Formats: sequence, structure tokens, C-alpha cells
Amino acid sequence: MCLTQLFLQNEAAYACVAELGELGLVQFRDLNPDVSAFQRKYVKEVRRCDEMERKLRFLEKEIKKDSIPMLDTYENPEAPQPREMFDLEATFEKLENELREVNQNEEMLKKNFAELTELKHILRKTQQFFEENEGERQALDSLAMEDAPSHHDGTKLIAEREGQPKPHLKFVAGVIQRERLPAFERLLWRACRGNVFLRQSEITEPLTDASTGAPVNKAVFIIFFQGDQLKTRVKKICEGFRATLYPCPDTPQERREMSIGVMTRIEDLKTVLGQTQDHRHRVLVAAAKNVRMWMTKVRKIKAIYHVLNFFNLDVTQKCLIAECWCPVTELDRIQLALKRGSEESGSTVPSILNRMDTSEAPPTYNKSNKFTQGFQNIVDSYGIAAYREINPAPYTMITFPFLFAIMFGDLGHGTIMLLAGLFLVLQEKRLEAARIKDEIFQMFFTGRYMIFLMGCFSVYTGFIYNDAFSKSFNLFGSSWGNIFPFPLDEKAREQAITNLGGLEASPMLIPEKAYSGEPYPIGVDPIWVLAEANKLNFLNSMKMKAAILVGIAQMTFGIILGYHNFKYFNSKLDILYTFIPQIIFLSCIFIYLCLQVIMKWIAYDAAGGYSVLGYFYPSSNCAPSLLIGLINMFMMKSRDDGFVDGNKYCNTSIPPGKPGGCNMVGLCHLNNWYPGQSFFETIFLLTAIACVPVMLFAKPYILWKEEKQRQLSGHTQLVQV
Amino acid sequence: MSVWIPLVAVTAFWLLVGAGGPLLVPSGPNRGIIQTMIVLTAVCCHMFWIIVYLHQLNPLIGPQIPVKTILWIHERWGDAKGELVSK
Repeated sequence: MCLTQLFLQNEAAYACVAELGELGLVQFRDLNPDVSAFQRKYVKEVRRCDEMERKLRFLEKEIKKDSIPMLDTYENPEAPQPREMFDLEATFEKLENELREVNQNEEMLKKNFAELTELKHILRKTQQFFEENEGERQALDSLAMEDAPSHHDGTKLIAEREGQPKPHLKFVAGVIQRERLPAFERLLWRACRGNVFLRQSEITEPLTDASTGAPVNKAVFIIFFQGDQLKTRVKKICEGFRATLYPCPDTPQERREMSIGVMTRIEDLKTVLGQTQDHRHRVLVAAAKNVRMWMTKVRKIKAIYHVLNFFNLDVTQKCLIAECWCPVTELDRIQLALKRGSEESGSTVPSILNRMDTSEAPPTYNKSNKFTQGFQNIVDSYGIAAYREINPAPYTMITFPFLFAIMFGDLGHGTIMLLAGLFLVLQEKRLEAARIKDEIFQMFFTGRYMIFLMGCFSVYTGFIYNDAFSKSFNLFGSSWGNIFPFPLDEKAREQAITNLGGLEASPMLIPEKAYSGEPYPIGVDPIWVLAEANKLNFLNSMKMKAAILVGIAQMTFGIILGYHNFKYFNSKLDILYTFIPQIIFLSCIFIYLCLQVIMKWIAYDAAGGYSVLGYFYPSSNCAPSLLIGLINMFMMKSRDDGFVDGNKYCNTSIPPGKPGGCNMVGLCHLNNWYPGQSFFETIFLLTAIACVPVMLFAKPYILWKEEKQRQLSGHTQLVQV
Repeated sequence: MSVWIPLVAVTAFWLLVGAGGPLLVPSGPNRGIIQTMIVLTAVCCHMFWIIVYLHQLNPLIGPQIPVKTILWIHERWGDAKGELVSK
């Protein structure tokens, strides 16, 4: 990685930055860090790009509302020239205005349509009311004529007040939401003291509310009353309940004419509405073809101007200066890109790339492709390595899925995971283009190679664990066999079974007799899946030891990678005071534990009766306990040496006390099992403890001393001057 | 003796994969990574196999199996070599 300076002509700058952007190999430094965002040179252009983006987003929203598919070509449009930006702006402006206008018109038309529909319903229903009411009116007239006291207070009042033989009822007609109707009726009756008469009828089909677009159920009502005071009161109540009143003519002929007029107007509106929607649809379809491409172009323009804001204008105002970090191996490609950019812009003066020497630490650049990107992201989340340090990501590509597989370990589930990962990998082009916004899916999609590898290794570890959906395979023949006699004779067989404790009892197939001496070649023996009682005893111990061995191997590998880093940077300080204490600490405690595990596997078996490392090992109950042994090592507990008294051959079948029998020394699985164990363990423990302060304090102390030395010598130099 | 056969066979297999595999990788920008991955795969897989193998080499406990399953084992898989013991 080197720091370079670029000298670009003003006209060529845009094109050169566009070319470098397509390459993606350069990191620009901000040469104007103390300039605020509003004072930058190209802030106006960035603002214009923001405006364009906003318009495009509005377009996208409208297109989505109408469910028009947006075409997505996979080609990468190049960043357009600055002069093309004006064209784009004009296009977007026109589109936006057109759409807004169309939307406004549509809303107005829809409102008109709703009103006309309501009017149509009113006209239809009031026809019914008036017909029914004709009869009542005539009855009322006859009552008034007779001048008899009537129970109809309304008519009496009317007759007294007006003194006319034929009372003339006024009415208002309107439409109200169905839910509000009962309360409306009640309030009318109370407020007008029963002097008004309400007829209502529901509109069967739901109408669409103009503002929200949701369907509402409405009802037509007509209110009969007499007098102006009642009229104002009724009108106010209607306003309060947000009922819309419509002028309804008195006579049936007028009503009929109005009905016809309304129908024609409704038909006209329907056509106009249809045409408006068609027009809108056409505009959107035409726009949808290009919307994605425009978005990419606008984003590119914005990015270019953003980068141009980093540049410094030199004294002569003729060219722009930029500083950037480039990988040394890619300098040729960068030069080519600059040449292309200068040629495109038609500038006569070529752009200059100038390498600078600097003592600053360059940024770390890890080359990655679509496969390694996922793993690199995970490693970077722990912390990005310093410049020129070993990148641990290539190793994690295998160890991470492998450690997952050790935990997952099932042939059946592993196959499912493998198929899922395979599907994501093979369909990646299609899935990427679908632009699914769901976060969980994106998480799985970015990790598709990781899931695939985890599936592969899970199939392998599932095979080794001999576990497919919790069932085992017996491919090579089990190493364990039955040790109990089952005679063919019925009665003797029953007796044998009873001797064992019945069909449900679980006796142990002891390894001295049942085990053939050769382990199952690849994987866990299939007999263990049948041993429900103590299967976990065996498997847990195996998995724990596997975890210790694999984990400590990985830790050691990591420390050795660190050593390679120190060697590369020639940092003797680090090697002496970081690497060596680390490896000694690790070996004394954990590699010692690993060696113990391997030793116990190889040397101690179930039968016993031979010497191991100088101590006589009588039987499997004396096999050394590693976990308690480790604890005793840390507690520096004093233990007995050896397993049996006198450390000589003894026969476990003869009871202790008798000659030739075994006298165990204390709890023999907790004793020392090789000569000198207490001594060595004490040394290991003390060495490990001694390493801890070295790891913590040695390097900081030395660095601090060096710093003080430097300051001191700096001071003395000043004094001399 | 036949303890060694699987040991040698499987170790030889992973050795072949780990040492020979990297030579078969076609040259290209990703050669180094693919070689690293092949070697690491061979090492990890072999290590895991040998851990499981060694753990079963000298078992200290045996499986506790219900008698009716033992009867099934007696009929399908056969008895252990050597003398049968009555409990």
C-alpha cells in the first residue's frame, strides 16, 4: 500500500474519478477535514443529486402502489457526464409534475363520483319515502279538516300555527354513515321534541371514502319537519353528525329528470376516471423501465461529487490535487484508469500519479471475492488486522465451519443444511436480483458459502459420530458382542433371563469380555446408541476430550500465527516477552493436559494387570482421573505414589488381605501415576504462574522505559542547542 | 495387529489428500487459498477421526443394554469371542 498524489485537470477530474470508482481499488483521503459540509466546493451538485433521488423515490413509491414490476437489468450503467445531469433533472421534474397533477385530478374526480353516487341513491330512496308518505299526508289532511283533537301533536301545532287547511311539510334529504344513524335519530327526536319525522334506508353496496379509500356503509335518510326554526336545528344536527345533505326536488317528475341527469353524469365521470387511470398507468409503466437504472446513475453522480469534495484546489486554480492510498501491485491498473478518464473528458493534459513517502500506517486492504467476503466480514468484526499482519480469514474458512460441525454433528440434519446452502449458492444470481428486503433472509444469503461448508463438515462429523437423525449405522460390524449365555431350551432361557434381572434390566457388557480388542474403524461404535442407560457417560467423555484437544490445537495455531507476525516485523521485544511466555504458559498447563489425555487413551485399558510407566496397574477402577488430577495439580495436593502396595504384581480376583491379592493405596484413581509427577507438576505450575506477570508487564514496562529515554535524550539535545 | 490397519489406512488417505491435493489445484488468483483450505481440511478431519478412534481403543466402561436388546444382539450380531459368563 502506498500513498499517492493525483494531479487532475478540472475538466478531467470528474471522468477520472468515475473511472477510479468503477475500479474500486483506491481509498481517497479527505484533504479538507475542517471544512463544513455546506462550504464544500461541490455542495450544490450534491444537493441537486439529493433532489433527484427524492423524485426517484417518489416515482418508485407510485410504481409500487400500482404493482407494476420494475425492470432490473444486470448491466452496470456508467456514471453520466455532468451535462447529462441537466437532462436527467428535467426528465424527473417533468415526470414528477405529471404524476402529481394526475393524482390530484384523480382525487377530485373520485370525490365527485362519490357525491354523485350518493345523490343517485338518495333520489332512488326518497321516491319510496314520498310514495309512502303521500298516504300519511292525506290522512293528516283529513284529520285536520275534521278539526278533531288528534294525538299527533305535530299536526295540531301546525294547524294552530299556520292556520292552513293543508299543512305543507318541508324536508331535507341526505346521506350519513350507518353507524351514526341511531344516535342521530335519538338526538333529532330529543332536540326537536319529537316534531320531526325521520325515514331512513340503508344503501346496500358500500361506498368508497374519498380520502382514505376504505369502504364505508352509508344510509339514506330524509327528515320531514315544518318551520324554519326546525330547519336550522335539523341542519345543525346534520352538520354535527357529518351527514351530507343534498337538494332533493319536490315533485316526482323533477326527481326523475334529476335522476336521469345524475346517471349520465355518473357515466361520464366513469369514462373520465378510467381514462385518467389509464394515463397514469401508461406514464408509470414507461418510467418503470428506467427507474432502477436512473437510481444507479444518480447514486454514482452523487458519489463522484462527494469524492471530488475531498480534493484540494491548487494555487493556480488550474488543477485539483488528491491524496489516496493504493495497493502497490495495482498501480498499473490505476494509471490505465486515469488515462482512460483523461481521454474521455477530452483534456489535453494527462493526469499525474505521484508516489509519496510517508511514515503513516496505511490502511489494511484484504483482497476478497464473493466467497471469502463472508468469512472476512466475520473476522473483521473481531477487529481488523494492522497493516501487513497475517490475515486470519483464510484459516477461519475451514476451522469455523469445522468447529460448528463438531457441535452439530448429524448426518441427516447436516444433509439438510448442505442442501439449503447449495440452493442458496446455485441460485445466487436470481436471489440477488430479487432484492428481498427481509433482514433475516439477507443474513442467510450473505452467509450462503458458510452455510454450505458447515453442512459439508456436519455430514462428515455426523458420519464420525455415527448419528443420522439420532440413529446409527452398522457399516463395519460392531466391536462389541453378547457375553451372556442364552440356551436354546425354553426353560433354561427363561432362567437365564431371570438371572440377569428380567427383560427390562440393563446389565453392562463389560469390556474385558465383550470388547473384541479392535475399535470400530471409522466413527463411534453402533452399540452405544443401544445403551440408553450409560450412553452419555461414554459419549460425553469422548466429546469433552475432543473439545479439549481441538480447542487447544487451535489456540496453539493462533499463537504460532502471532509468532510469524512478530518475525515479519522483527520485533524481538514481542518474541521474548509475548510469544515465549504465552507458549510456555499454554504448554505447562494445557498441552500437558492434552498429553495426559492421549496417554490415558493408549496405556490404560479395562483389564489391567500390567505395569504402566513404572507403576503396577491392577484394574480399570485405578485408571487416573484427569479432571480431579488437574484440580489437585492446581491445589498442589500431596498424593500417594502408585496404585497398589509395594507396586508389585497382584491378582485382582483374589480378595485384598489374602496373599497375592491387591491392596490399593487410598483412592487409587487419584494417585500419582508416573514417578516424579508431584515434582514435575509443581514445576509446571510455578513456571506458568511466573509467566503471567511477564505477559502482563514486561512489554509495557520496556516501552515506557524506551519512551522516557527518548524524552530524556530529546531534552538534552534541546539543552545543547 | 488389526488395530493398526484402520489407523494406517485412514492416515494414509488424509495424508494423500493433504499433501497431494494442493498440487492438483489449477493456477489462478485463488490458488493459495484453495491450497490452504485443502490442507486444513485434511488436518482437521484426520485429527477428529483419530480422537474418536483412540477413545474407543481401550474402553474403560461397557454399554449397559436392556436384556431384550441383548437378546436381539445375540441373534443378529452374534456373541463375543471367548467364553460366555452367566451373571
